Amino acid sequence: MSRVSSLVLAGLLASAGLACRKAEEPVAPAPGEGQQKAAEAPAAAASKEIVLGQIMPYSGPASAYGTIGKLHAAYFAKLNKAGGVNGRTIRLISLDDSYSPPKAVEQVRKLVEQEHVVGIFNAVGTPSNSAIQKYLNDKKVAHLFVSSGATKWADPTHFPYTIGFNPSYHVEGKTYAEDLLKRNPKAKVAVLYQNDDFGKDVLAGFKEGLGAKAAKQIVAEASYEATDPTIDSQMVTLKGSKADAFLNIATPKFAAQAIRKVADLKWKPTQYLANVSASVGSVLTPAGLDKSKGITTIIYLKDTTDKRWDNDPAVKEFREFMKNDFPEGKLSDGINIYAYATADTLVEVIKKCGDDLSAENLIKQAASLKDFAPGLFLPDVKLNTSPTDFEGFDQLPLAQFDGATWVPNIPIK
Amino acid sequence: MTNSYAATLPRTQMPALLRYRRFLLLLLGLAALSIVPFALEDFWVFQLTLVMASSIALLGLNLLTGFNGQISLGHGAFFALGAYTQAILMTQFSVPYALALPVAGLLCLGFGMLFGLPALRLEGLYLALATFALGVALPQLLKYRHFEAWTGGVQGITLSKPEAPFRLDLTPDQWLYFFVLALAVVCFLTARSLLHSHVGRAIVAIRDQPIAAAAMGIDVARYKTITFGVSSLYTGIAGALTAIAVQFVAPDSFTSLLSIDLLVGIVVGGIAQLPGAIYGALFMRFIPTLTEHLSKSATGAIYGVILIVFVYAMPYGIAGFVTRMFMRLTQAMKRRGS
Amino acid sequence: METFLHQLFAGLATGGVYASLALALVMIYQATHLVNFAQGELAMFSTYTAWAMVSAGVPYWIAFVATLALSFAAGAAIERLVIRPMANAPILSVVIVFIALLLIFNSMAGFLFGTDMQSFPSPFPELEAIQNPYFSAHEIGVLVVTLAVVFGLYSFFRFTSLGLALRAVAVNPQSARLVGIRVGSMLALGWGLSAAIGAIAGMMVAPIVFLDPNMMVGVQVYAFAAALVGGIDSPLGAVLGGFLVGVLENLLGAYVIGTELKLTVALALIVVVLIVKPSGLLGKTAVTRV
Repeated sequence: MSRVSSLVLAGLLASAGLACRKAEEPVAPAPGEGQQKAAEAPAAAASKEIVLGQIMPYSGPASAYGTIGKLHAAYFAKLNKAGGVNGRTIRLISLDDSYSPPKAVEQVRKLVEQEHVVGIFNAVGTPSNSAIQKYLNDKKVAHLFVSSGATKWADPTHFPYTIGFNPSYHVEGKTYAEDLLKRNPKAKVAVLYQNDDFGKDVLAGFKEGLGAKAAKQIVAEASYEATDPTIDSQMVTLKGSKADAFLNIATPKFAAQAIRKVADLKWKPTQYLANVSASVGSVLTPAGLDKSKGITTIIYLKDTTDKRWDNDPAVKEFREFMKNDFPEGKLSDGINIYAYATADTLVEVIKKCGDDLSAENLIKQAASLKDFAPGLFLPDVKLNTSPTDFEGFDQLPLAQFDGATWVPNIPIK
Repeated sequence: MTNSYAATLPRTQMPALLRYRRFLLLLLGLAALSIVPFALEDFWVFQLTLVMASSIALLGLNLLTGFNGQISLGHGAFFALGAYTQAILMTQFSVPYALALPVAGLLCLGFGMLFGLPALRLEGLYLALATFALGVALPQLLKYRHFEAWTGGVQGITLSKPEAPFRLDLTPDQWLYFFVLALAVVCFLTARSLLHSHVGRAIVAIRDQPIAAAAMGIDVARYKTITFGVSSLYTGIAGALTAIAVQFVAPDSFTSLLSIDLLVGIVVGGIAQLPGAIYGALFMRFIPTLTEHLSKSATGAIYGVILIVFVYAMPYGIAGFVTRMFMRLTQAMKRRGS
Repeated sequence: METFLHQLFAGLATGGVYASLALALVMIYQATHLVNFAQGELAMFSTYTAWAMVSAGVPYWIAFVATLALSFAAGAAIERLVIRPMANAPILSVVIVFIALLLIFNSMAGFLFGTDMQSFPSPFPELEAIQNPYFSAHEIGVLVVTLAVVFGLYSFFRFTSLGLALRAVAVNPQSARLVGIRVGSMLALGWGLSAAIGAIAGMMVAPIVFLDPNMMVGVQVYAFAAALVGGIDSPLGAVLGGFLVGVLENLLGAYVIGTELKLTVALALIVVVLIVKPSGLLGKTAVTRV
């Protein structure tokens, strides 16, 4: 036999050997393995570490939200150095899903089946979370504090392992409608909305808030795609409707374009802005601070760049953290304030869990918050959850932009 | 291309192992693939199932772009069409998945041929734009309010994974793996026999010398349209299988990036070479995971660099590289003095 | 009526944006007979370098010129280092290299400059004399610059021997070499010029759409369509295509189909135009000898 063919044969034998070795590894899955693994988790977690997973859009169209994951990494690194929670460190494994649902499914399967996480924390994006919701509930893994305002995260009957965090988009829209009716009952409204879950949800809530008159009062609706380069055409249509109120349900880039276009078109409606785009640094500054005066949004977080909070201990702690532990994050970016608040909430839930760190207990504790508020919440804004009510926010205060910061409509203590 | 890479040693002079290499590799491959689901965790079984489904999609695209020369930057649209048809039939009409699959495939066949008709007028760059337009426009169509009752709109549709039939002791992941494996084998065998027939020769002739082919009496229009249809059939089936595996379809799952990924897959795998579909699928599925490991913030850049390196080192794809290595091997054997 | 005029002019303004990137695509096609899918990302990256300079305090016009020079050099370097070794590879492999470049530049921009949205200054002052409700000063500036670039490109290709040499290399590199044209230098020149034009496009677009790594993604699709509709070998055609696409998209969205299917219908119409007139509106039909 020639040398080459013996080499080939050797190679085949070697790969056969490798295949046998793989077969020896005791990882053959049996039905019900998922439950078994989940039950093992508290035993493992009763040791020194809690393992949680996360999916984040670190790349792709929503990469601006990737800073949430980055802040969390810095937050938990700092927390673990200080001893963790109840003597245990928190390991957060954060993977990139590029805002694509199939990739989210893949990453979550990896987290659950290979890393054996007990929960998925603060995952970003309605489509990605929609894709993983059923899987996580089937596998009995905690789907904690979903970073999206869709109403489907507050459905304990069908999805008992899923609990959201963000104020519901639906309730947000409704709040704007109720406020508008108070200020101008006969207002004619023009709406710009992103053609996806988020945009349609806020709009639906808004219509519900207007009630029977919705059809007559909304004189123009224009949607846009996240891939559209500009929304000038939509804005021209909306202005042409001669509405005196404008509802801006857009993500940061388009919200800024819209605010600027409103001013350029010399249109002066009562403006409402979706909370996701209420960041002073990322949206209102590029749009033009003077052009943003008078805009209303719902607000539940303190604006940490506002001098009014200079003596507030939670804000001081946040500013210190941003300076020392997360210097690459922008202080004026509202997304970072949000991320810090959700991390605080998670720590509270883990504290309440004590020694039982199973997925079931994590959800149980998350669904029994009584008047809890992370330090960065505005005073009087509290989270209240119960086993039948997974929606944490009961009321949403409004705020107006005064040219420099958001001024809440509630008294500051 | 196969001509220039034909073995330089006559078959009678090759040792038995090399002479029957294709058959032996197939046997070995199938054996390994059949053992794998019992040796690996469900997650890897899931990943391999997706690889096999992707390879069917790449087979389809390679048929159109590699063997027939019609460049398509929008095959993600047919992938999505197959996926959504499968999802709608399974959820809205309670059709069993095995029956919904051929329906999804046939629908894609029809649409592919329909799109192939106007595509006849477009060449090269212009066809690329037209197909790209299709790929870009499809997510918007899927979100369209009047189709929402069917497509689930932006929310998408959730599917259930089928259980193993005949009460076989397999997990749903394992069952789906074998189902997809069987389909992949069927698809490859039919593609191979298609390409080795007179139809295949006509298809390749149209790519290489369209005018000469027409002059010889080949009905260029008919073959081009058929190829478009068959290519969409394959890609649609792949989409349907992926939908079952992932258990979720939404417009965001099928952006134009998917079409670009498919094109990258066939070029890296090997244009106009059947095994290229497998190599391409492996590349598509595992290299991005590798790049994410290397750097979370600059994954795209690293992926791009890896792409360039692959395309430099293997301008005819991984399959071309393998064939060239084989050619070198037989040359060495010949020189050894058989 | 006023709204209609607004829509029309908004379409022209957006069309100017598409036209400027389409010109870069035309340039690269004229020089190499290839369409560079990464053109938008290169333009975006150039704009980020300009932004970095302006943020560091460099005056706008100096940053502008410096960015043009840097982009030219970068384009030529890419041709030399990345594209030239692929000269004998199958064309689809080259397309993959373009896609790889697209991914690299998109990712590097986010990595180096952050993924937050930034505002980019406009060099065109809001003069009283040109104030009107339809165009902002910047949009008028974009139109002027785009037309200037068209004029420059047209004259370059039509009246200079360098332009002729460039086109010759793209059409028939072997014969061009025999006539004494340095093919390599011409290709590098073509890439450099198109990168520079792309940089101009980016710096014109950024004040309107705000600067972020995905700024050019939406624009590129329309620019590609515009270039093909107008005729990929005609600078004037690209501009015409850009305006056509911009206005069409706006009017369709506002009056015909609503914003939800705007993109689909616009692209469908473009495909119809191409089917009817395969080489674009102002393109020359290529006659191949059998």
